Amino acid sequence: MQLSLTSSPHNHSHKSLSTIMLKVCLAASLGIVCQAYFFGFGVLIQLLLAITTAVVAEALVLKLRKRDIKTALSDYSAVLTALLLAISIPPLAPWWVIVIGTAFAIIFVKQLYGGLGFNLFNPAMAGYVLLLISFPVQMTTWSPPMELAFNQHSLLDEISVIFTGITQSGFTTEQLRLGVDGVSMATPLDSLKTGLSKGLTTSESLQNPIFGEFAGIGWQWVNVAYLLGGIYLLKSRIINWHIPVGFLASLAICASIGVVFHPGVSTGPILHLFSGATMLAAFFVSAQVPFCIYLAAQPC
Amino acid sequence: MTLFYALLALGGLALLFGAVLGFAAIRYKIEGNPIVDQIDEILPQTQCGQCGYPGCRPYAEAIANGDDVNKCPPGGETTVQKLADLMGVEAKPLAGGEEKEPIKTVAYIREDECIGCTKCIQACPVDAIVGATRQMHTVLIDECTGCDLCVEPCPVDCIDMVPVKTTSKNWKWDLETIPVTNIE
Amino acid sequence: MESILEQIERGKLWNIPGGVHPASNKASSTQHPIKRLPLPESLTIPIKQHIGDNGKLLVNVGDYVLKGQPLTEAAGHWSVPVHAPTSGTISEIAMKPSTHPSALPEPSVVLTPDGEDTWCELAPWPDFYAKSNQEIVDRIQNAGISGMGGAGFPAYIKAQPKNEIEFLIINGVECEPYISADDMLMREHANELIKGIEVLRKLYQPTKILIGIEDDKPEAIEALTKACENDHYTQVCAVPTKYPSGGEKQLIQILTSKHVPQGGIPSDIGMVVHNVGTIYAIYQAIYHGKPLIERVVTVTGDTIASPCNVWSLLGTPIKFLLEQTGFQPQQWQRVIMGGPMMGFTLPSVRLPIIKTSNCVLAPSSQEMPMPGEEKACIRCSACADACPASLLPQQLQWFAKSKEYNKLEEHNLFDCIECGACAYVCPSEIPLVQYYRVAKAEIRQEREDKVKAERAKERFEARNERLKREQEERQNRHKRAAKRTTDEAKSKVAEASKRVASNDKSAAVAAALARAKAKRTENGEPDNSEMAKLRAERKAQARAYKEEKPASVTTDNKKDAVAAAIARAKAKKAEQAEASNVSDTASDPRKAAVAAAIARAKAKKASSDLDSTTVSSEAAVSEPASTEDPRKAAVAAAIARAKAKKAAKKADSQNADTQAAESETPSEDDPRKAAVAAAIVRAKAKKAAKEAESQNDGTLAAEPTAQSEDDPRKAAVAAAIARAKAKKAAKEADSQNADTQAAESETPSEEDPRKAAVAAAIARAKAKKAAKEAESQSAADVQHNEQNNSQIEDHALPKDNISQEQAVPLDAEARKKAAIAAAIAKAKAKKAKQDKGSE
Repeated sequence: MQLSLTSSPHNHSHKSLSTIMLKVCLAASLGIVCQAYFFGFGVLIQLLLAITTAVVAEALVLKLRKRDIKTALSDYSAVLTALLLAISIPPLAPWWVIVIGTAFAIIFVKQLYGGLGFNLFNPAMAGYVLLLISFPVQMTTWSPPMELAFNQHSLLDEISVIFTGITQSGFTTEQLRLGVDGVSMATPLDSLKTGLSKGLTTSESLQNPIFGEFAGIGWQWVNVAYLLGGIYLLKSRIINWHIPVGFLASLAICASIGVVFHPGVSTGPILHLFSGATMLAAFFVSAQVPFCIYLAAQPC
Repeated sequence: MTLFYALLALGGLALLFGAVLGFAAIRYKIEGNPIVDQIDEILPQTQCGQCGYPGCRPYAEAIANGDDVNKCPPGGETTVQKLADLMGVEAKPLAGGEEKEPIKTVAYIREDECIGCTKCIQACPVDAIVGATRQMHTVLIDECTGCDLCVEPCPVDCIDMVPVKTTSKNWKWDLETIPVTNIE
Repeated sequence: MESILEQIERGKLWNIPGGVHPASNKASSTQHPIKRLPLPESLTIPIKQHIGDNGKLLVNVGDYVLKGQPLTEAAGHWSVPVHAPTSGTISEIAMKPSTHPSALPEPSVVLTPDGEDTWCELAPWPDFYAKSNQEIVDRIQNAGISGMGGAGFPAYIKAQPKNEIEFLIINGVECEPYISADDMLMREHANELIKGIEVLRKLYQPTKILIGIEDDKPEAIEALTKACENDHYTQVCAVPTKYPSGGEKQLIQILTSKHVPQGGIPSDIGMVVHNVGTIYAIYQAIYHGKPLIERVVTVTGDTIASPCNVWSLLGTPIKFLLEQTGFQPQQWQRVIMGGPMMGFTLPSVRLPIIKTSNCVLAPSSQEMPMPGEEKACIRCSACADACPASLLPQQLQWFAKSKEYNKLEEHNLFDCIECGACAYVCPSEIPLVQYYRVAKAEIRQEREDKVKAERAKERFEARNERLKREQEERQNRHKRAAKRTTDEAKSKVAEASKRVASNDKSAAVAAALARAKAKRTENGEPDNSEMAKLRAERKAQARAYKEEKPASVTTDNKKDAVAAAIARAKAKKAEQAEASNVSDTASDPRKAAVAAAIARAKAKKASSDLDSTTVSSEAAVSEPASTEDPRKAAVAAAIARAKAKKAAKKADSQNADTQAAESETPSEDDPRKAAVAAAIVRAKAKKAAKEAESQNDGTLAAEPTAQSEDDPRKAAVAAAIARAKAKKAAKEADSQNADTQAAESETPSEEDPRKAAVAAAIARAKAKKAAKEAESQSAADVQHNEQNNSQIEDHALPKDNISQEQAVPLDAEARKKAAIAAAIAKAKAKKAKQDKGSE
């Protein structure tokens, strides 16, 4: 029997690329479930669309580049990119938004730079930026939490609105955004801003039904879910604490400074930490594996 | 009048700067031509003359005066690259189509065939061959640069260029070349 | 503020950056006490098992040695001897594959045990306090002790530090997974270890002795704590389990918070670290006078039926260890020397255990899968997090791949301890350590080359200076000499200058020798025997190299002789052909052909019989080499060769003479003919040269036999002379060629310039053709060499004759025909050109 030669170390932590990617997806899943619960199944449809687009786009480019498709796909990095983009856009955005975004992310931002490991930007976020610049309306058309929505919608309605622009009962996306009071609902932070421009103090703005226990209804729990996912990532040593903690701490400190100096027109750090995509950004975007470290590792 | 002042001011400035520059040129004059030293530093110092110059230093001077950087076969592609970087020119492939990485050799004298003619001693640019007339000669391996210059003058062709042997000291961790045996 | 010493005594430990936690898998090999194995059939002891210089061999093949008897003695820098691990006979001293990642051969002594295991006389020092430090250090050196933790640094060097030592650190961390040799040693020999530490304490006089043991070895910690209970100097520190806490610099940092400066050694900051294995060896050497001849080796892994620790004699084949522990090899089996993190895979199991071998690991493919494909780096920085030296492995990797060695050094590549933590965690399975090792080796080489280049430059410049000086001196002498008028004075001066010159030269040689010697002494090899050995080695190398050359196809004595004979015959034939050619201008070309045929026949005969050749070649061989001793014959052959060469040369010069005569008498002989003849001569000269070369080869091939058989010197000298002559002949042939051409161009000037041009064209064309023929012939010669060269001659020669035939009629007729001939020649030249083109 022939002996084999390999270079040391001969054992390995068995933490491969694919397991890392899968663990990140797993960590995000709780947040996705929350999102689906509070804002409807739109996010799941977007997810499905994004993953399909990503895998197809990746396979296509790999074929053109004459690379092994199977090994490249089996690291799940395309899936992760799709997932991040899908949960960052409004759940009821038209289907072509996510398709364009994901395809751009995979083809241009990832593969054209040389594939995994050679991309200069986080593909998902570069795709997001592209979408935000190109389709500002669609990208800011966030629907209210289900419990506050005037027009309740089912899964079929959502599928219909994503693909055709109108629900089965003929409502447009805009109409779905109407709150119980018949006024088009904005996101919690948006409504705070509008309140300020109307001359309301923050405490008056916070009376808006869109605010729940400590932040926006729905949003607060989605953020808690992403926080839990982030803690899981920290625990399993997939990300380091430095970036998320730094990110969240600076947000909290800035918010606190605002409250101290302008209590009337500022809100406390808790609301900021649990609004919008704060936790998602802290744990899944800024601290995310393939994207941040290059700078972090640069010697000063 | 204003024109005069302007001319005066500008002229004065020009004079002042000129004086400063002139002073600096004399005060901080650099002796010799450091670029030649830098080039010489890069060259492998085999003194083999394969570049067409009598030694490495003359070639370094020639490069400094604009000669091509690709005339040094013993240095190989790496040297060409380094010279090109230093001179800010494009790296060309080695003149004469030599292989990319030259194999390092040292001269070896088959001593029982040596007739002691001292011709190789005279040819050696680095005095790496010792011996005397009618006495057998030998090569100081540590000093030999592998320049080949002693091979031609030998009247009895008893000098071989032997490739430098790989030892555990200069082994480059090439696992592929280790002969693997069976367990039994 | 608490001092560091107080903090240490309080039990404080510091942390190191990075590190990983691989599964330790040590339990399987710690179930049983350390085993003793039977004696293996043979032991292979490499004479160098440490970092530093080889020792000097003390034994010869066939010597009987006792257990513990030194086989080498320390010579040079950083040198420690090796000893006979058991009593027996030296059966071989040769280059054997070494237990090194490269497995390159190293000089080794093979010992066949006699089974008695008889110790040589030992000199125990139960009370070593009576001995001086130098005596202790000497004994440590003479016992052959080098670091047993991994690197193999000679212990006696560490035992005489330049600085004062504050902390003596005993490394019992053994952080590599699977290895438990030190653990078992500490469990079983705690008291001996403490005694060994006593010795070092006397040497260093440290303020504190720290024994670092990882906290996953509670038994060892307990044993040592118990052993040094009443000792206030010594403190056992339980180090948290983390890889690589056992690195020298890392352990110092953990135990004392201090950093070893970059490129420095621990003694720079008043520390010295010894492995527990080394301590035990020191104990044995001092208290019992026993040299280092055995060590504890862990044999483990899933393919080992009974993993355990064994006392293994140095030189024991790994194969023997594996057999003794029930090794069941698998497909793609790896056998690792050392642990899984830093060990290296062995290309053979017939390698010996050496002083640094702490573990033989034979994992199954389940427990240690073959490395997967290297994927792209995703810049996850897991490697940077794991690096215990706070490096940036990922950056280093990029630079290593692009061979940016300056950047690598800037990023402190040489701080890398190659612990493998980065590659262990890398999700893309990049073999980072391998990249670093290659880059390090390249950088080291580059540094060495640079030093060498610098030295070469100095020597070159010194030489130029010297030459210039000498030339000036010579010129001065000439000037002075010119002033003197008498011949006597002149000759005196000449003599004097000769003497001066020879003095100069010998002085230079002496200087060179002195330099060489100085260098040797620097290297610590003052004696000539080393030089001689080196030379012998190189000689062997060159021989091997020569053998590799395809020229010497034959190895058999007889064959060589035959080949030589053929070569000689050819030379002779060439000679004869030329001779006939010389005489043929007037005579019948047919005659020449006949003569050639006779020559061929003779050559054939000659090639079939060596003796008859020597007899029949009347001109060449003066001494009749009767069928006596083959050795004598070889010598005679060499002389004959030399003579043949001479004869050939003569023939050449004769040729040239004829040529000259021809060109001198242009009125009688057509110049064209002369040109033709010249062309023929040229072609022949070329052929002769080639033949001379081939003969040369033959000589080369024949040489070794001559050497080995008789007075080799004589033969060699003869051969050398022959070669020298051959070379000269070849050169002369060349120069003659040139001469002929010159003559050619001169001759026609007397005649009509036009005709001359035509003639030149013909000559050129013919020469071309002839050259081509000669070439093809020589090519064919090489191919068919032995059997059918005479046949080829048959083909080749008539062609020559044809050209002569064409030349002769021209001779008979006058200028009228010359024009026609010119036309033919032109056509031929054209054809030749076309031929060449088509080729």
